[in-house]
Amino acid sequence: MASGDSKIPVNVITGFLGSGKTTLLRHLLASPRLANTAVLINEFGEVGLDHLLLERLDEETIVLQSGCVCCTIRSDLVTAVRDLFSRRELGVIPPFDRLAVETTGLADPAPIVFTFMADPVIRHHFRLGNTIATVDAINGLLHLDQNPESMKQILVADRIALTKTDICDTEQTAAIKARLGRLNPSAPLVETAGGDFDPEDLLAADLHDPARKAEEVRRWLSGAEALADPTGEAGHTHRRLDVNRHSARIHAFCVTHDRPLDWTAFGVWLTMLLNRHGENVLRVKGILNVLDAPTPVVIHGVQHLIHPPTHLDSWPDGDRRSRIVFIVRDLDRATLERSLAAFNCLAEAGSKAA
Amino acid sequence: MCGLCGVLGAEDHWTDAAGSTRIFGNAGASRTRRQERLRRVAIGNKILAHYGLKLSDWQGSAYILRNRTGRQEIVHNLAALWPTAEALAGRRCDPLDPEVIAAMNRSG
Repeated sequence: MASGDSKIPVNVITGFLGSGKTTLLRHLLASPRLANTAVLINEFGEVGLDHLLLERLDEETIVLQSGCVCCTIRSDLVTAVRDLFSRRELGVIPPFDRLAVETTGLADPAPIVFTFMADPVIRHHFRLGNTIATVDAINGLLHLDQNPESMKQILVADRIALTKTDICDTEQTAAIKARLGRLNPSAPLVETAGGDFDPEDLLAADLHDPARKAEEVRRWLSGAEALADPTGEAGHTHRRLDVNRHSARIHAFCVTHDRPLDWTAFGVWLTMLLNRHGENVLRVKGILNVLDAPTPVVIHGVQHLIHPPTHLDSWPDGDRRSRIVFIVRDLDRATLERSLAAFNCLAEAGSKAA
Repeated sequence: MCGLCGVLGAEDHWTDAAGSTRIFGNAGASRTRRQERLRRVAIGNKILAHYGLKLSDWQGSAYILRNRTGRQEIVHNLAALWPTAEALAGRRCDPLDPEVIAAMNRSG
């Protein structure tokens, strides 16, 4: 099995119909750093891609027993990725060092992410890098209001590439930027119009890059804190982020827990929460102060899928409390906080009794 | 697979800390995998009691979940526990239910 550092990074490129996914991919592939990238695409669009390692996917899915969309295996993707890898190993194709998967404009990226985490062969040779969502500055707001697929793509993204800003007025660009910042405060926004951007801004500092992951976690937290209620009226232990309520249903907030968390109790709590409310917990990202662990533990997940935890060598700032950023639909922050605290108390009571 | 009992080794789950000293330091080193499982069973049972269910470890590789009528199911990890618990209890297991939170606070 390949070690974490030698696994091939995978970037999922998602975005609504006509939002500029293929154009972004073309710009990325032109950069020397990405010349050695294999590309899987769902459809050949109007923008031609001239790349050595380009293959097409057919959208075939296998719905697992749970029946939810995010836990769906994309069988076409499994076949394509396994086939690519074996041809790479046999020397039939060049030894690519990165894989980019472009989704269709209406695709939910969660099953793609799930496939890379769940398939036993693929997950031993590939690792997920940043998921990038393209958003069209001109039509982005309209897509967000009218298409749930567009909303989901943005919530799942680790980076947002804002396209077509060169043909859009500044007011409109500012409006879409503000909306995106409220929707997914932890995803940095990069303007990519005309190819005038640094690919590193989209690809680097993912959570599996040992040298840069602290930077990524710091970015999550600062993105969340930028929206925090400056009055702190929610009480001394929690930050309010629901001032960024962008609709009646989806909102982001940060739960802060003062006392060290018992990892076993946290696992029981989060699995129970995701079983019942996974459809509505769109993202969870956090840095935890785990009881007896010397360094902070980092968790992140999309709906029911939680990535294996990782750690940072040191705290990204002076704050040693557990901070978890949630993007949820129809869930209440205060209830979530009370529930986490109650479960953690259970473990504390058990430890004292023992 | 275990040569004695023929049990297939369970897949790692993100909730497993035992042995992960790189991530959890002493929290991973101070407990064996079995101790961690037993602790998980103990904490799980405090919650499952609210639904009339009882969890026990099975051979260090799976868990057995029972209801009061004696129905039992084998589950392999925490993610699989909750849908099975809901099926055996015949009701939703919701950690955000105010009654459940109140019950946890009482037993904590």
